[in-house]
Amino acid sequence: MNQVSYKDWLPYPPNLSVHGPQIDQLITVVHYVMFVLFVVWGVYFVYCLVRFRQREGHKAEYHPAKGKIAKTGEVAVIVAEALLLVGLSIPVWASWRNDFPPRDTALTVRVVAEQFAWNFHYAGKDGVFGRTDVGLINNTGNSLGLDMKDPHAKDDIVTLNDLHIPVHQPVILELSSKDVIHSFTVNVLRVKQDATPGMMVPIHFEATQTGLFDVGCAQLCGLGHYRMKGQITIETPDQYSKWLTENTPQGGN
Amino acid sequence: MEIPYTVHPHPVTGIPNGKLGIWLFLASEVMLFGALFSSYILLRVGAPSWPHGYEELSVPLATFNTLVLIASSVTMVMSWASLKLNQFGKFKLYLGLTVLLAFVFLVVKAFEYGHHFSAQEFPRTSTFLSIYFTITGLHGLHVIGGIVVNSYLLLPGSKMWKKDPDRFANRIEYAGLYWHFVDLVWIFLFPTLYLL
Amino acid sequence: MSDAVANHSVHAPAHHEELGFWRKYVFSTDHKVIGIWYGITALLFLFFGFSLMMLLRWQLAYPGQPLQLGWFTKLLGETRMPQGIMLPEFYNQLGAMHGTIMVFLGIVPLAVGAFGNYVMPLQIGAPDMAFPKINLASYWVYFIGGCVMLYSFFVPGGAPQSGWTSYAPLADIASTSQTYWLVGMIFLITSSLLGSINFIVTIVQLRAKGLSFFRLPFFVWAQFITSFLLLLAFPPLEAAGVLQLMDRVAGTSFFLPSGLVVSGQVLQNSGGGNPLLWQHLFWFLAHPEVYVLILPAMGIVSEIIANNTRKPLWGYRTLVYSIIFLGFMSFCVWAHHMFMTGMGTTMSNFFQTTTMIISIPSVVILTSLLLSLWKSSIRFNTPMLFALAFLPMFAIGGLTGLPLGLIAADIHLHDTWYVISHFHYVVAPGTIFALFAGIYYWYPKATGRQMNSFLGKLHFWPSLIFMNGVFFPMLLQGMAGLSRRLYDQTIYEHGKAVQPLSVYISISAWLLAIAQIPFIINFFWSMKKGKKVDSDNPWHSTTLEWATPTPPPHGNFIEPPEVFRGPYEYSVPGEDKDYTPQNERDTKNKKEDA
Repeated sequence: MNQVSYKDWLPYPPNLSVHGPQIDQLITVVHYVMFVLFVVWGVYFVYCLVRFRQREGHKAEYHPAKGKIAKTGEVAVIVAEALLLVGLSIPVWASWRNDFPPRDTALTVRVVAEQFAWNFHYAGKDGVFGRTDVGLINNTGNSLGLDMKDPHAKDDIVTLNDLHIPVHQPVILELSSKDVIHSFTVNVLRVKQDATPGMMVPIHFEATQTGLFDVGCAQLCGLGHYRMKGQITIETPDQYSKWLTENTPQGGN
Repeated sequence: MEIPYTVHPHPVTGIPNGKLGIWLFLASEVMLFGALFSSYILLRVGAPSWPHGYEELSVPLATFNTLVLIASSVTMVMSWASLKLNQFGKFKLYLGLTVLLAFVFLVVKAFEYGHHFSAQEFPRTSTFLSIYFTITGLHGLHVIGGIVVNSYLLLPGSKMWKKDPDRFANRIEYAGLYWHFVDLVWIFLFPTLYLL
Repeated sequence: MSDAVANHSVHAPAHHEELGFWRKYVFSTDHKVIGIWYGITALLFLFFGFSLMMLLRWQLAYPGQPLQLGWFTKLLGETRMPQGIMLPEFYNQLGAMHGTIMVFLGIVPLAVGAFGNYVMPLQIGAPDMAFPKINLASYWVYFIGGCVMLYSFFVPGGAPQSGWTSYAPLADIASTSQTYWLVGMIFLITSSLLGSINFIVTIVQLRAKGLSFFRLPFFVWAQFITSFLLLLAFPPLEAAGVLQLMDRVAGTSFFLPSGLVVSGQVLQNSGGGNPLLWQHLFWFLAHPEVYVLILPAMGIVSEIIANNTRKPLWGYRTLVYSIIFLGFMSFCVWAHHMFMTGMGTTMSNFFQTTTMIISIPSVVILTSLLLSLWKSSIRFNTPMLFALAFLPMFAIGGLTGLPLGLIAADIHLHDTWYVISHFHYVVAPGTIFALFAGIYYWYPKATGRQMNSFLGKLHFWPSLIFMNGVFFPMLLQGMAGLSRRLYDQTIYEHGKAVQPLSVYISISAWLLAIAQIPFIINFFWSMKKGKKVDSDNPWHSTTLEWATPTPPPHGNFIEPPEVFRGPYEYSVPGEDKDYTPQNERDTKNKKEDA
């Protein structure tokens, strides 16, 4: 399977973000626990089916099995779950949710989802997002309702389905939606976040490798949900600067 | 085999089937109105601004309605007590009063709603009005349900008094429990919507 | 009361006038007739819901390829499959209605409405339900709800297509049929509420003399807890449904925030609503709902395992406490379905913890059932095959819930095929296998004939193989990051990578359908030609439903039964037969348990 490879016996897409390996590690460890449990249960199960099948001379015993091993096993399961929870999942989530990079060193891009496309809004060289107003939204190129009277809006870049980010730099995405709930996901970065109208939810990540990858929608949003594919270009800082310059609207500096 | 404990209480639980049934039904109703109250709280807390109830609604009318409902609960209990005291005439009187008071409640509510509609205030006008109309509307439907049940018990249903008085008295008790619940929901609705 | 011979006619004691056809068969208040009505209706809906999925799987296996089935393609027409090529909106309709129909019109009515209604009063020694007329009403309200749901297929704009989850704002602004979905749900919820009240009162009040709570068959406990879940969890969804109806019909904005822009137009509504409010209200029901889907199955499997191991279930009290705890905890985990909405650490820590906790009683129940096999004497008849298969299948389903319940892992797996595999493992080779087991098991009591054993095995083995053929590869697709509900998965690179699995899954699904044919044939053929049972208790079971004539008459028991012992007194030492029915008065051993 291209774009997917086996790692630790499980099929994973490439893992190209700083926080990604921790997620895969958690998934792998959980699956090991699941596997052990299933094999233990399974071996016992098959043994019983064979050993205790009804046959001549064999009677069922009324008194219950002692179940000490089972009880120990259950305690072990509880301990394993507690360890996974407290040792891995809670800290990994907390760090992804709360440990945002400082805003001055991170690249912030606003992502506005709509039926059925991704709008990516860059603040441009002045580093300040231009004002937007839903009343200014039109079908002729101003899908975010950017207010061109705002001086800060003049250098803003708005792209459709085309996200560019530099590699090895923290990125903050501010996710929202114009109409229904969508969900921004980039598999290879292990990033997924619902874009809910009326809310702005920030996420952060740092890419570790360059390339072109898919941006997808992970929440049913209507008949075009399947084709809400965007592209993320992870490039070197030079290539990224070049792209910024090329795409800055005339009159912005 | 006949179904046991339809009239007489179960030796362990101490109640007949219908009484347990109505309490379970009321538990589900608590969850229903509870969900609506929770929605109200979530919407209000998340709103940039929220009017005080008394700015949008008529407190005097609602106070009157509260007293009407409380009175109807009293008459409901009186109707059941009259049955237990074998006073069928008084039972009919009190149950009739209960139904009448319920109608009064609805008339006042209709007046309230009409006043809003003529002022172009509809559910869609604001979040406050949406939750106000929805939750009082659902409550109103429950009042109508109570009127239907009580009217049935007052008129055609009361024939059961002759054949099976204990069973009939139980039915009045269960209808009474339902009616008290409807009253109780209003006791919560009134301060929440009108006073806060 | 020892085993009476089958086919002896019983005169319903002191019964009233002979009922006409309609009162006897269509509008009967007898729980057994109502149970059969629920069963037939639910099986038809299950078949229909399954067919929707089979059609959907064509598009998944061969995206954009025409499906030419002559008159059938013509019937679907231009709005659904023009020239046989599925439209994205129809794909979404199939998905939403498959889920809705299977959960609300298929599984719950079969597991609770059919099995609960038919078996539970018999197992507690009652003549009928506490409220027979309400029982009849609950069936017809379900029927009407089902009709409304079916009718929604024919409404302009097509059937509901916002998922069975009907998330706002999508469902708020969806086409007309979504309103029908909401109305249909209100009927179905009402039916469940009426039914659950009936079940609880019946179990509490109408148990036979001597049948204390801790002598109840585990099947009855399962139905009991399930009824509480239905009673208390459904009303919030009913409230949510009312709110969404108001949004759609009265122009309110309960779930619509301000400034929504749909197709370039700013929505003229008051705004101020919250899409997450819908999710909280929906999942507050829908999580307990999934326990409604599994608990009756655990009950059925337990009965059949006890009966076919010829020894008492291991840890009866443990099982009971576990299922009570499971029911309670099911109200405390709902937001694990909302992990990716932007949840903070406090809320996510709480719900992850409760989700981990709720896995414990499931582990305990599964382990207890497995321990019941130890030093037993296993009979491999058809019901037992399905009941045994339930155990590892439910294990896979439950285990795959673990990564989903851990939020950091859920980042990768949320809304992927991994989720679909997880819950289908629990419901399909889990619950549905248990329901099949129940049909094979109780069929002789209802009809007086055995289903054919060869056809039973012909049904079982391919079903087990193809169930795994369908749902196991989905785990791999999910791990690869493939999102669910995609009309064309090959648009994504990782979708292309796992597309061969989609073909494999679809073929397994179609073969799974064919594997049901022996069952359908068996079910109908055996009614007239099946081997007649030689007693009222052909499985040599201990529970009360086998102490009635076959089939049980109106009123069920000739005299009210009395219970002297627990439900699974098999292979009691010193007894001459390897089962001691609950209601058997004199035993050699004179042993009466706690």
